[in-house]
Amino acid sequence: MKITRRSFLKISGATAAGTVMGGLGFDFSPVESYAQELRIKGAKETTTVCCYCSVGCGIIVHTDAKGKVINTEGDPDHPTSEGALCAKGMSLYQLINNKDRLTKVLYRAPNSTKWEEKSWDWALTEMAKRIKKSRDASFTEKNDKGQVVNRTNGIAGIGSCHVNNEEGWLYQKFLRALGLVYIEMEARL
Amino acid sequence: MTNSWTDIGVSDCILIMGSNAAENHPVAMKWVLRAQEKGGKIISVDPRFTRTSAKADIYAPMRSGGDIAFLGGMIKYILDKDIFFKDYVIHYTNAPFIVSDKFDFKDGLFTGYNPEKRAYDKATWVFDRDDKGIPVKDMTLQHPRCVFQLMKKFYARYDLDTVSSLTGTSKADLIKVYETFAATGKPDKVGTMLYAMGWTQHTTGTQIVRVASMIQMLLGNVGMAGGGVNALRGESNVQGITDQALLFHILPGYMPAVNAAFDNLEKYNATTPKAVDPMSVNWWANRPKYIASLLKSFYGENGTKENDFGYSWLPKIDVGQNASWLFMFDKMFNGDFSGFVCMGMNPACSGPNSEKTRKAMAKLDWLVDIDLFENETSSFWKGPGMDPKKIKTEVFLLPAAMSIEKEGSITDSGRVGQWRNKAGEPLGDSKADGQIVHELYTKVKELYAKEGGAFPDPILKLKWDYAKDGKVDFHAVAKEINGYFTEDIAEHPIDKKAYKKGTQVPNFVFLLADGRTSCGNWLYSGSYPEAGNMMARRNRTPVASCNIFPQWGWAWPLNRRIIYNRASVDLNGNPWDPKRAVIKWDGTRWVGDVPDNAVPPMGLPNGRYPFIMRPDGVGSFFGVGMADGPFPEHYEPLECPIEKNPLSSQRINPAIPLFKGELDKYTTCDPKFPFVATTYRLTEHWQTGLMTRYQPWLVEAEPQMYVELSLELAKLRGIKNGERITIASPRGKMWAKAMVTNRIKPFNIAGQTVHLVGLSWHYGWLVPKDGGDSANILTPSIGDANTMIPEYKVFLVNILKEERPKVEKKPEPKPAPKAEAKPAPKPEAKPEPKPAPKAETKK
Repeated sequence: MKITRRSFLKISGATAAGTVMGGLGFDFSPVESYAQELRIKGAKETTTVCCYCSVGCGIIVHTDAKGKVINTEGDPDHPTSEGALCAKGMSLYQLINNKDRLTKVLYRAPNSTKWEEKSWDWALTEMAKRIKKSRDASFTEKNDKGQVVNRTNGIAGIGSCHVNNEEGWLYQKFLRALGLVYIEMEARL
Repeated sequence: MTNSWTDIGVSDCILIMGSNAAENHPVAMKWVLRAQEKGGKIISVDPRFTRTSAKADIYAPMRSGGDIAFLGGMIKYILDKDIFFKDYVIHYTNAPFIVSDKFDFKDGLFTGYNPEKRAYDKATWVFDRDDKGIPVKDMTLQHPRCVFQLMKKFYARYDLDTVSSLTGTSKADLIKVYETFAATGKPDKVGTMLYAMGWTQHTTGTQIVRVASMIQMLLGNVGMAGGGVNALRGESNVQGITDQALLFHILPGYMPAVNAAFDNLEKYNATTPKAVDPMSVNWWANRPKYIASLLKSFYGENGTKENDFGYSWLPKIDVGQNASWLFMFDKMFNGDFSGFVCMGMNPACSGPNSEKTRKAMAKLDWLVDIDLFENETSSFWKGPGMDPKKIKTEVFLLPAAMSIEKEGSITDSGRVGQWRNKAGEPLGDSKADGQIVHELYTKVKELYAKEGGAFPDPILKLKWDYAKDGKVDFHAVAKEINGYFTEDIAEHPIDKKAYKKGTQVPNFVFLLADGRTSCGNWLYSGSYPEAGNMMARRNRTPVASCNIFPQWGWAWPLNRRIIYNRASVDLNGNPWDPKRAVIKWDGTRWVGDVPDNAVPPMGLPNGRYPFIMRPDGVGSFFGVGMADGPFPEHYEPLECPIEKNPLSSQRINPAIPLFKGELDKYTTCDPKFPFVATTYRLTEHWQTGLMTRYQPWLVEAEPQMYVELSLELAKLRGIKNGERITIASPRGKMWAKAMVTNRIKPFNIAGQTVHLVGLSWHYGWLVPKDGGDSANILTPSIGDANTMIPEYKVFLVNILKEERPKVEKKPEPKPAPKAEAKPAPKPEAKPEPKPAPKAETKK
């Protein structure tokens, strides 16, 4: 059977919707299929890789003229996933356009019972002060044996395997420049 | 993974053990099923009958924690039947090596054990060597002290009766699994092993992976298409971030962390692995090039030959210091940290012994949390049992951009780096994690430049030129990781060609130890050469014989898709299995996948051994580098249902460190906690659930915490399917919906009935409403002897009819805080179950 890319997407779209809706069934009528095509017609396609497990499935993200994500679906050209996605990957759209996502810097003062919204500039300035204070107070040039260690004992840093390689590389460089040795992430768990 | 996802599709036999691939890596499961369609056999070994088991040709139930016994029994089976792959074992492994006569193993202990330190002196775990230092070998494998004979003697104890009694797997099932998998020991048959946290999250986790690797070497399955030992990693970029070394014990590219004994670069380089056998490639001999290039990527022009390229600016751990997760949170609980930076993680739910983790954070002065959503870590101060007014910790919760709102590479489980493109702008004020790091570093640097402070050099002299107009250019970082020449080179020692300063190095072969190259991670060198971004490639032309896609993305090292592939050919370079050829020596060069080094196969002039990362050039049955013994031995989990280890008088792994703080409560063989619990993941949720618990579709599919238990246990405790019950361990209590199922059966272990309950662990008190809390409220702070990965897969619990808050209101005399704070007198003493945490009173 010859499957074109577009017909493949229709099939995989129907299957996936069935999965996400908990197997309630899906009336895959031509009308709905036509509607689905219209929604992404003219949209910009960007390829990405799923953000959940390590299979590395390909995903196509559709954005409208204003740059808003209007659809996500499996990338049929991807050699590992061949267009398929699991329930999580299928729900990527709901992760991107999620009303509960953080959109502001939040701050909780000592002994406070609530969050306060803050600007990036305020937060960066205050965090830098905290980092410097903790680092200066706990920096150790030599250990008990008199060996040079040049490390910051009072700060720990963790994370993250959700971020890109380039971001992770920058993060470890930053933490090591600060002198941290307590550096860990999910691979240890 | 040694191999790739797609090449699983050419395998003859797939042992899935310590993994529930169908549930947790569902899309990759298609390659397992493709192999099955072609006649391949799927074997599922799991304490529960899982979605993977449902697709398997053979399902064998096994008690959680019985893995080494189960697999050790397979080694005995293979050796007894004499069906191992002889040419492979003799030439490609250390089976013929003669071990020192001072080495011994008695009653669960190897020579050199120090009970006070709970550690081994490994001085006797060595090979006899000739006057040149080359290991003495007996290629007939007959010498009584050769590795092969020692291994045979060691696993002779793992007979079918013992293994069956210990694991609860029937002898018939054991034989079926052993027979089916061992059939791949023929040159033209190949089997693969897929594992995940079901192997690693044990106090013997590393040794479980080792015993599996030993089987794969006995059967000649390492390096083969459709073979290998494959860790199905859990997170989209956990492979990549491990490679980038966001871990205390390594630097990028698996170079060891710098410690206090190595106070200059020369001393660090003196620990470079050395090979005495001229037939060993010993690739790690190149390490001085990689550390010098890494330092250049850290400090740029500020790192010079005179100052060891800035080596002294790197922070150093003490010799023997363990700064891994469990120690980190133990120190935090003891108030040793004032600050904590947490990027994209949720330790309040993901670390073991949640009460300890959550209380530890209350000892901090400040916490920086970077995430997509509010989470149980950022908000620990308002969580169950917490009084915000008494918690001093300041929290900065920074909004992170989604993966599709930025660009960069991630590395899948098969080591394939793929580039993610930017599809939209970050939502609201959110920013890419890397952008946040850049802005924070810039602020800290400004502060040190202005005010000075403790040892400012590593901050002020850091090379950090990745931003244009304040925005990080992630291509610039990717190029930094690949590496470039820092000076014009008239004639490069490798290819005699000229290279211009500032041009990208072609790959790590071109790196130099003298500061003329910079490289952020040697393993990724080749990912972004002058030709461009290899990780962004989308050409799906396959190598059909092994079903790999070498022009899709880019795999480390050097785009090699199947590592150790020089073991897939005979001594003359001809594939053991021509129809599944990975590489082949055509008389002058290798053809096929990128070979594991270009040197000829070991049987030809100038040939070299196949395992190039090992100093001896061969695979190790006898593993001298392990913390807990050169051969994997079964020990019981920290918390186990039987009084005695059937194999020795060492009940638990003798080399695991024990924590003795007030919240480190352990028990064993305890009538108060009579059932074994294990934890696992579901398709519809992910890790602590932060990226799935906010999505209505997924919450509708899996709305709350549940516990699976057998029909027999439900009957025993009068529990009905669907009712809320309480699960208690020595660390805490929580509720879950009971799922009474025949997917779990009671085990018969050493003559007694042992019940297992299974818990998903994706939930947290914050969201969804009434979804339950993390199963890690129950798990102990204990880790594997080599990696310190926590033992999430086995611990003891009780299950009870739900204790509603009103029941808990019954006045109980509170134990004096002093008494509770007293450390347990003995590590394995049975502490009283602690009073119900206030967490249970939540509405």
